Amino acid sequence: MKITKEIVESVANLSRIKLDEAATVKMQTELGAVIDYMEILNSLDTKEIEPMSHIFSLNNVMRDDLIKPSIDRQEILSNAPDHTDETFVVPKTVG
Amino acid sequence: MNYEIVMGLEVHVELATKTKIFCSCTTEFGGAPNTHCCPVCTGMPGTLPVFNKKVLEYAVKAGVALNCDITRYNKFDRKNYFYPDLPKAYQISQLYLPFAKNGSIDIKTRSGLEKTIRIHEIHMEEDAGKLIHSPTGNETFTDYNRCGVPLIEIVSEPDFRSAEDVIAYLEKLKTTFEYLGISDCKMQEGSMRADVNLSVRPNGSEKIGTRTEMKNINSFKAIERAIAFESARQIELIENGGEVIQETRRWDDNKGLSISMRSKEDAQDYRYFPEPDIPPINISEELIEEIKNNQPEFASAKVLRYVNDFGITRADAEIIASSKYIAKIFEDTVAICNEPKEVRYWIINQIMYLMNDKGILPEDINLSCEKFAEFIKIATSDRINRPTAKTVFEAMFFASHDFDLEKYIKDNGLEQVDDTDSIREAVLGVLSANPNTVKQYKNGQTKVVGFFVGQVMKATQGKAKPDTVNKIVAEELAKL
Ligand SMILES: [Zn+2]
Repeated sequence: MKITKEIVESVANLSRIKLDEAATVKMQTELGAVIDYMEILNSLDTKEIEPMSHIFSLNNVMRDDLIKPSIDRQEILSNAPDHTDETFVVPKTVG
Repeated sequence: MNYEIVMGLEVHVELATKTKIFCSCTTEFGGAPNTHCCPVCTGMPGTLPVFNKKVLEYAVKAGVALNCDITRYNKFDRKNYFYPDLPKAYQISQLYLPFAKNGSIDIKTRSGLEKTIRIHEIHMEEDAGKLIHSPTGNETFTDYNRCGVPLIEIVSEPDFRSAEDVIAYLEKLKTTFEYLGISDCKMQEGSMRADVNLSVRPNGSEKIGTRTEMKNINSFKAIERAIAFESARQIELIENGGEVIQETRRWDDNKGLSISMRSKEDAQDYRYFPEPDIPPINISEELIEEIKNNQPEFASAKVLRYVNDFGITRADAEIIASSKYIAKIFEDTVAICNEPKEVRYWIINQIMYLMNDKGILPEDINLSCEKFAEFIKIATSDRINRPTAKTVFEAMFFASHDFDLEKYIKDNGLEQVDDTDSIREAVLGVLSANPNTVKQYKNGQTKVVGFFVGQVMKATQGKAKPDTVNKIVAEELAKL
């Protein structure tokens, strides 16, 4: 699969990353290499292999519905670059 | 040309588990912003979500009640999108293997139309947080208390033809989930939310038109308005030679219109992939059987029982059974006093009236059934008359459980007076105070009897027993 300039721009947009012209060209080559590598896996014959969604053979890992105390708000908020006393602050998402 | 509206619904219902779907934070509604949060539900790196067993139980209960095939081998998928209401930048959901498929539910609209709505699928997912946009500044504030609250999303087939159908369906879902005890389905608190996929087509056409999806509809009233607006918009567009564009529209209930959010061209690319943090979940035959065998008695079965066993009308039975809470008051009170018709009378005429008048929700009624039964006993005796009983009922309805009926009746002197001497005294008083009316009576105007009775009732503050008053007024007039 060829990684076009449009694909790089679309992926950058989905990740909310701004790429300049040079970075776009660089990503086009690097992403292309990653996808080419995956093509090697795709070339294997897996017709007889059952699809797998998890690497561990674990099933039904569940917990009981018991409340545990939440974390102190200041501690949670302190992880963010910007916050008020009560909330996280992000750039405005509507016009 | 006449058009038919075709709609399908996507209904999100918050499950009433104590804790969130993947962490042990409380799901309690309200709470100061970001106080029901931990590293898991705020998406801190390196945390591991663990699935809540109760969510599976509640979800399967919903699937069984909606007659779905339950998926035995379940897994979760990651739905990626970059928006600050989800701090992880992805939502854990189910795309490839929804836990329930191919269901159906029977509804009955207000105008009596009965139909079956097919359920395409139901899946489990986590709710997102709340965003508060600064009205002036360039900031958005985020509150993640709701982030990670368990949801099921019920996707119907396009089987709705009117707002009435939609409302009957949502009411049926609400009642069913209430009886199951898996959600309170409060639209105004956001624990039940409906997205409406709507298209129009000329009457008689088999082809489904291009649809729009309306989001952000927060009440039954808003649903009616949104459907009326959007169908009229699409019809006008087509009539004027235009074309409906497939897009997502946001309903603005204050402005009474829907606004385009995004079209199909810039539709989100969610890049779903299997969720690696949650191992697959097998739903056992035992769990499904146990749930099937322990289903509660739903509204439709209650209606039949109320009609057959208690002899009340179907219409009244439907009103009572439409709420788990009202049905419980009815059944528990009847079990004590064995007066189903009387209990029905006070529920339909007083409780329904007071709820409407004061905006009380069924789940918030604080009425002791022991008290209610004691009241029925008094109301069916000769001790108080109907108008007085209404006053007593209202006092009891708003009081706490230790309300003393006997004391209230005594303190307010509400007991019917059936004492002939004092009633006779009142009658003689009224006759001597109204000589002109007495003269009219003597001249053959017998209709003034009603006036005398009314005056005597007034003089006794409505407490005299009407039969006795009638009798004594007649006796005294005969003596004249
Ligand atoms: Zn949490």
